[in-house]
Amino acid sequence: MRVLGIETSCDETGVAVYDGSRGRLLAHALHSQVALHADYGGVVPELASRDHVRKTLPLVERVLDDAGLVAGDVDGVAYTAGPGLVGALLVGAVVARGLAWGWGVPALAVHHMEGHLLAPLMEPDPPAFPFVALLVSGGHTQLIEVAELGRYRLLGDTRDDAVGEAFDKTAKLLGLGYPGGPALARLAEKGAPDRFTFPRPMTDRPGLDFSFSGLKTHALTTLRGIDAGDEAARAAVAKAFEHAVVETLAIKCRRALVETGLRTLVVAGGVGANRALRARLEALATELGGTVRFPRLEFCTDNGAMIAFAGALRLAGGDAPTAELAVRPRWPIDELTPPAAA
Amino acid sequence: MKERRVDLADEAATRALGAALAATLEDGGVVLLHGDLGAGKTTLARGFLRGLGYTGAVRSPTYTLLEPYTVAVGTVYHLDLYRLADPEELDYLGLRDLDEPGAIFLVEWPERGRGALPPADLEAHLEHAGDGRRARLEALGPRGEAWLERLEALRPDDRMISNRHQ
Repeated sequence: MRVLGIETSCDETGVAVYDGSRGRLLAHALHSQVALHADYGGVVPELASRDHVRKTLPLVERVLDDAGLVAGDVDGVAYTAGPGLVGALLVGAVVARGLAWGWGVPALAVHHMEGHLLAPLMEPDPPAFPFVALLVSGGHTQLIEVAELGRYRLLGDTRDDAVGEAFDKTAKLLGLGYPGGPALARLAEKGAPDRFTFPRPMTDRPGLDFSFSGLKTHALTTLRGIDAGDEAARAAVAKAFEHAVVETLAIKCRRALVETGLRTLVVAGGVGANRALRARLEALATELGGTVRFPRLEFCTDNGAMIAFAGALRLAGGDAPTAELAVRPRWPIDELTPPAAA
Repeated sequence: MKERRVDLADEAATRALGAALAATLEDGGVVLLHGDLGAGKTTLARGFLRGLGYTGAVRSPTYTLLEPYTVAVGTVYHLDLYRLADPEELDYLGLRDLDEPGAIFLVEWPERGRGALPPADLEAHLEHAGDGRRARLEALGPRGEAWLERLEALRPDDRMISNRHQ
């Protein structure tokens, strides 16, 4: 079964084809605003409109070409139906459902975060259910117990800022532009580890929720006492901030693994590309006698492959085609059910 | 136009100002929140929502651009337009469908949505002042002026605006 996946929940337009029978990603393509922004060192208004309308169909054509397929070879179309921006979601939904209708194949609504947490399963030697998933991105910071496909329990969530947002905003305070999370991580590599100490929010009490907005304020206060030209001090602030974030995430991941009795941790989302976090969670997994798995770097951020993959798993599992054109800007992940159980 | 200045010694004071605005809200309102990163815009919005009885998490809307909250008096739309590149992108939020009578809007980084937002009643300018913050509230029309008058008429105990640390 070959499934076309379309992702338009936010800034990126992602399209891919996944072959469920052969367990292989055939092609994928992404149009991202982020690269455009990075070239100009910040948000450039004229370049940044969320123009999924113009991008989606050309990407579909390109992906089918790359996969060596024609329209009749596609057995289903999966699209992100939420959570996300309502107008952006609708573009993907309308294109996907139009294509599916025209081709006479099922269209399936997919949950964006389910796509993220299943993404590491596309890699060779995939982890088996059950596992704990840590979803860390610009918009999300969640710990989820994954019992099986479609059975998810939210263990912890952020109370204020998402972790990627805390990275981006602290980067902005450091004068690194916006979004500047990866730039902050590069600066942190040069920073002295012991010059500043940042708090580890919400680790001194039980529970798996997160709070990251205080770290931004702490960075602001610390930076006030530093000369703007003092590169070593700025690097040390970046280091202390990143270390506090990584330790906080590691403490909560350890708790989640211990509380659920599970041994496998799966990390997804853009912050999953952070090297310090990867190294720390590898060490945690080793210490606990378990494993930690990450998707390849390009599938940490939003992409069409994860939607094609989740759609292929669900259609193969017996999910009925989605009957209505409806998107859900807010869609709690624990409302999902396993395929065929709905 | 009418204006009011408030010193905010700490985060609790910023939340209390939000709660005081909520306590004096009448039949909807649009508040624009100006200020640098970390100036307390989301904290003020959190205090406002708490003041209207919302007890759940008030997350930053920087990524989602829009977070709606259902409270007893209606729906509060908390917007953060920082990532907005063009006011036209507000169409992606379905904003035009939300602008009904009685709706409540709290808008961070409103200058990025200029021309595409509902008319504002109040502007709150937040800035750093020593270890604390300072707020300047400015009425943008008769509805905003009446709102500021109600705010000033709050008894000091109700007002909960913390000047006591000074």
